[in-house]
Amino acid sequence: MSQPTIKQVVLDPIFSNNPIGLQILGICSALAVTTNVQTALVMSVALTLVLAFSNTFISLIRSQIPSSIRMIVQMVIIASLVIVVDQVLKAYAYSLSKQLSVFVGLIITNCIVMGRAEAFAMSNPPVISFFDGIGNGLGYSAMLIVLGIIRELFGAGKLMGYTIMPVVNDGGWYLPNGMLLLPPSAFFLIGLIIWALRMWKKEQVEEPDFRIAAHSPEKEAY
Amino acid sequence: MSSSKESITRTLVVALLVCLVCSVFVAGAAVALRPIQTENRLLDKQRSILSIAGLGDASMSGAQVKQVFAERIEARLVDLETGKFSDAQDPITFDPLASSKDPALSKALAGQDDIASIKRRERYSTVYIVEQDGQLDTLIIPVRGYGLWSTLHGFIAVKGDLNTVAGFGFYEHAETPGLGGEVDNPKWRKQWLGKNLFNSKDEVAIHVVKGNVDPSSPQAIHQIDGLAGATLTSNGVTHLVQFWLGENGFGSFIEHLRAGEA
Repeated sequence: MSQPTIKQVVLDPIFSNNPIGLQILGICSALAVTTNVQTALVMSVALTLVLAFSNTFISLIRSQIPSSIRMIVQMVIIASLVIVVDQVLKAYAYSLSKQLSVFVGLIITNCIVMGRAEAFAMSNPPVISFFDGIGNGLGYSAMLIVLGIIRELFGAGKLMGYTIMPVVNDGGWYLPNGMLLLPPSAFFLIGLIIWALRMWKKEQVEEPDFRIAAHSPEKEAY
Repeated sequence: MSSSKESITRTLVVALLVCLVCSVFVAGAAVALRPIQTENRLLDKQRSILSIAGLGDASMSGAQVKQVFAERIEARLVDLETGKFSDAQDPITFDPLASSKDPALSKALAGQDDIASIKRRERYSTVYIVEQDGQLDTLIIPVRGYGLWSTLHGFIAVKGDLNTVAGFGFYEHAETPGLGGEVDNPKWRKQWLGKNLFNSKDEVAIHVVKGNVDPSSPQAIHQIDGLAGATLTSNGVTHLVQFWLGENGFGSFIEHLRAGEA
């Protein structure tokens, strides 16, 4: 990658370089906020905004940041953005921010944000960094929304809070899979999605670090 | 990398400037948005009080909530030590939850008394009263206690006879969605309506059972179906209701109210 184009940085992270699917970053929040589609959507928007703007600001001052404190400077910028997003959510989407509780605040520790700041924004100009943030945010969002749809539909019989399959508890026919509402289920789902992604895009399969050697033939053992 | 960029002065200046700009940014957002946030929090609480008292539902607009709340509901401060109304604090602005952390305004609970696992109980708490023709129609009592993962915060509404449940619900909790989170299920909450809090000896009798209530049992009037797959949350709900209606909670206040001495 000598000169990445805007189209590349926006579209690449969605399938071929997905931050969750390939880079295995940001798993923690992906487990936590995907019990329903609505929280997954809000979290996606929040993270995409933080990512885009942290990339832009860090890229703007990248030539000024002394390398000895560069990570702390990145952290300060990211943390400030996250606090602002959290405050805005509390003011304009109070019930949603109550559901997301600490996870908006935890965007600060989301590896994707820090990872993009360090890997991309520190060495690229602001505009392309902004779009890199958008692209990676979209990649994260795509994964979150897929998880949210699967977990809410099969775990609660609903989508966006609207009943699709009436559950037994409310007098319907669908016996929900309670497991899907618990965080570990997202782990299994992410695993399955990564598997599917690598079946489709073979180049994502990593070379194994070790290979099991062949048996030592019997006669050599004596 | 030029050496000037890495010098100590330069490092300090950059750190200082970044911090300064960011703090102005954060402080600006916090200050500018605070009035809307306080309003939201208040509105959210009022909305849940109204819905638990059966005076409104979640679809009401903010202005409607405010209007109905102002017309129908009166907030009164209760001194939980004496069990009587008190004017020591302003019931509108006083925050019982915050005061439960203040040693001057709360007391620590001994292990066996602290069945709801709240550790400290505030001295003053706010109850909400709905009056009809000068008579007590509904009394709304705040309750809280530990479930499985989180403290559940809610209200229980009692009819004028101070025994029949008129509504029950939580406005804040973090129990597992689909399991303990079913405390929000309207169908489960509806079960509470018409149940009796106290038995004939005026002891707190209401509790959540494991499994389903047997309607033929003489206890059925005090019993609520358990939440499937959420035994600890169900137990937590029993404990918190029993605590707040019991002698360490609003028990003596309710007694005084019954005798007309509050």
